[in-house]
Amino acid sequence: MAVFLRGLPGGIRIREFGKGKEATQGLPIRDAKAPVRVVVALRQHMGEPNVATAKAGQKVDMGQVIGAAEDLISAPVHAPVSGRVVKLDHCVLPNGLYTPAVVIDNDFQDRWHASCTPRDHVDALDATQLLQIVREAGIVGLSGSAFPTAAKLAPVAESPVDTVILNGMECEPYLTCDHRLMLEASEQIADGLVFAQRMLGAPNAIVGIEDDKLDAAEAMRQAFANIGANVRVEVLPARYARGSERQLIYALTKRTLRQGILPKQVGATMLNVGTAAAISCAVRQGKPLIDRVITLAGRIAEPANLRVRIGTAIADLIDECGGLTEGVEKVVLGGPMMGAALYRLNLPVIKGVNGILAFGKESVLPQARPCIRCGRCHDSCPMGLLPNHIDLVARSNRWDLAQKHNAMACMECGICSYVCPSKRNVAQACATAKAAIRVRQAEKAQKG
Amino acid sequence: MQKIYVVAPSPHLRDGATTRRIMVDVCIALLPAALAAIWFFGLRAGALIGISVASAVLCEWAYCKLARKRNPTGDWSAVVTGMLLAFNLPASSPWWLAAAGSAIAIVLVKQFFGGLGQNFMNPALAARIILVVSWGSLMADWAMPDAGNWLAGFSNGPVDTLSGATPLEAMRAGGEAAQYGLWDLFIGNVPGILGETSKLALLIGGVYLLLRRVINWRIPVCFIASFVALTWLRTGALYSVEAGVDSAVYQLLSGSLILGAFFMATDYSSAPVTPWGRIVYGAGCGVLLFLFRSYHAGMAEGCAFAILLMNVVSPLIERVTSPRVFGEVKRSA
Repeated sequence: MAVFLRGLPGGIRIREFGKGKEATQGLPIRDAKAPVRVVVALRQHMGEPNVATAKAGQKVDMGQVIGAAEDLISAPVHAPVSGRVVKLDHCVLPNGLYTPAVVIDNDFQDRWHASCTPRDHVDALDATQLLQIVREAGIVGLSGSAFPTAAKLAPVAESPVDTVILNGMECEPYLTCDHRLMLEASEQIADGLVFAQRMLGAPNAIVGIEDDKLDAAEAMRQAFANIGANVRVEVLPARYARGSERQLIYALTKRTLRQGILPKQVGATMLNVGTAAAISCAVRQGKPLIDRVITLAGRIAEPANLRVRIGTAIADLIDECGGLTEGVEKVVLGGPMMGAALYRLNLPVIKGVNGILAFGKESVLPQARPCIRCGRCHDSCPMGLLPNHIDLVARSNRWDLAQKHNAMACMECGICSYVCPSKRNVAQACATAKAAIRVRQAEKAQKG
Repeated sequence: MQKIYVVAPSPHLRDGATTRRIMVDVCIALLPAALAAIWFFGLRAGALIGISVASAVLCEWAYCKLARKRNPTGDWSAVVTGMLLAFNLPASSPWWLAAAGSAIAIVLVKQFFGGLGQNFMNPALAARIILVVSWGSLMADWAMPDAGNWLAGFSNGPVDTLSGATPLEAMRAGGEAAQYGLWDLFIGNVPGILGETSKLALLIGGVYLLLRRVINWRIPVCFIASFVALTWLRTGALYSVEAGVDSAVYQLLSGSLILGAFFMATDYSSAPVTPWGRIVYGAGCGVLLFLFRSYHAGMAEGCAFAILLMNVVSPLIERVTSPRVFGEVKRSA
C-alpha cells in the first residue's frame, strides 16, 4: 500500500525478531576491552586507499597517522592504540575487498601522540582551519557510507549550503548506537553540528529524529538550548529508509534531489550524529577518529552498545558480549536491511561499521519463487521505482531496459526484497543492474 | 576451524508474506461464495468445485512433471484457479466439463505461457470463454436455485433440473422486467454461474482480501464505479421499480460484475502493477462491460470479455503509466 507521507512514496515498518532495538536502547555506551592487537585497514572510506606511513617494528602512539590520505575524497587513518607495529599485512573488508592493513600490538599505555592536544581557542579558528582539522582527524560518515566528512563540509562556491541536516533517524532495525549517543553525548553532537555550520557558512540547521526516540529528541533540544544554538529538532514517523539522504532532506526542507544531483546543489548537507560528535572531539580535544560506537544485538548473549577501537577483531567483540547464542546462521555488519553478511568473524572493525548483528534461521531464505507481480515492491519503494520490472529485465541482462526503468535511481535500501512474497532478491537485481549500467556508461565514454 | 556463516545479499530479514499465504487468502475469500453456491444449488455445486480444483492441481503437477519443472503445487495457485473456474460454470454442468475447464485453464492459459505470474490472461476466464465457445448449450443451461435442497441437481434426467433465465437474460428478453427482486439478487437466489450469484458472499470475500492487503482497492473500485456511473447516466435511474432491470443498482447486482471486480480483474499477472495503471485498467473494465451489456444483444454477460480485453492491453497501460521516480519533476517514460 503506497503511503504518501509528507509527499514521500513508500517506506515500511520492519518486523524485528526477538527484542530488536529494545534490547539495547536502554543500555549505556561502555568502552570495549582494549584490544591486544589491532588490524587497521588502509581503506576505510570511499576513494583511494591510504599510503602506509608506519613501518614494521616501529613504535606508534595513539592518534599517530599510520596511513596518509593523498587525494581529497580520502581520509587518513590513525593508530587506535599505542604500541608497536608488528607488520604490514592485508585484511578482508566487510564488502569483500582485500586491502593492505597495519597490524599493531597494544602496549596498553594509551599514550596520546604529541599532535593530539586539546585546543583552547576554538572560536578563533576559521572555516579553512576547521576543515583542515576534520580532514586530518580522518573523519568519515559514521552511518555506514564512510564518505570523507571534510569533502562533504568543504564549501563549493557555485552552490552555497544554507542548511546542515543532522541525521538522528537511525531507521535500520536493531541499531541503537546513534540513539544512545544522542542521549549521552547530546552536547558534543550539538557542538559538532555548529562547527559544521561554520565550515559551510550555513545559517540553518535541522535535526531529524524518528518518533521512536522521543527521549533523544528531548535531549538534543536541551543540548541546543544549553549552547544557545537555534536549531530545529523535528520528530518524524519511524519508517524504514526515511533516514536516507534524499528522503530526509525532502522531509525536512521540502527540497527534492533530482537524479544525479548532490545535496549541496540544493543547498543542503547531511551529517550523521556520530560524525558530528567526532567533529567536536577532533576540534576541541584534538583527537582523531580512532574509535566509534557499535551496537551488538540479535542472537548475542549480552547485547550492548560498545565504544570500540578501530581495528578490533569482530570475534573479540562478540566474545566480550558473551558470545553468540544457539542457532546463529548469519552474522551481519551494519543493519539488517543494508548490512553485509560475513563468512567468518576474523575481520577488523572499520570506521563505517555501526552494528554487529547475529541472526538465526529467520535470516536464511528459501529458494526464490517466480514473481507473481503483486506489486508490493513498487508500493513500498521509497524511490517510486518498479523493482519487479528491473528484476525481470536483469534476468536476461537487458541493462538498457533496466536503465529505462530508472534502475540508477535505486538506493539499494532493500525494501523490495523485504516485502517480496516470492522471496526474490529484487534489491540485488537492482544493484547488479546499476553496476552493469555504470560499466556500459564507462565503456561508452571511452569510445566516444 | 571457524564456523562459516551464511552469506547472502541484504536485506537479511524478510516480511512474513509468502506466495502461498496470498493464494490461501484468496481461497479463504472465495469460501463464502462457495458455501453460498452449495446452499442455493445443492451439494452438486460443491462437487463441481471439488472436481475442478482436483483437476487443476493434478494438471499443474502433471504438466510440470512432464516439462521437468519444479513441482509448483505447494503455492496453492492451482487451487485458486480451480475454484474460480468452477465459479464460472452453471450448476448443471457435467462433471467432465469442470475437469476439462481446469485443464484448459492450467495447461493452455497458464503453463504454456510460463506458469505462475507469466499468464497474460486470467486463466479461469480464458478457459470459460473456450468452454462457452465449445459447449455453448451446456454453459448456458442455468439451473434454478433451490435454496436448502442439498440434493438439487443430483436426480436423474434433465427434466428434474428447472431451468431459468439469468437476471441479465431476462432483461435482454424484455417484458418480464425485474423478474428477480433486489434482495434475491444480493443474496444469490437467482440462476447464474456458480460463483457469481451471491453478491453478499462475494463482498465478504472481497473485503477480506482488501483487509489482508492481498488486493488493492483501485481495480475493484474503479471497475464498479465506472460501470455504475455510466449505467446511471444512460438510464437515468439509480434505482426505481419502474426502471426495473435498467436501473444502475439492478445492473450492479446482476451478472459477474462483483465476482469479476474483486476476484478476476485483480489477478496479479494479467493486471497492471502501477497505481495509475490499476485505475485505468479498472475503469476500462467498467467501460467495456457497460458497452457490452448496453449495446450488444449477444453479450448480455460481457464481464469475462471485458476483463480479458483489458488483460490484453494491460502491458500497454503499464507502460504509459510508469510511475514518477521520487525527485523527478517530469514523468519519465
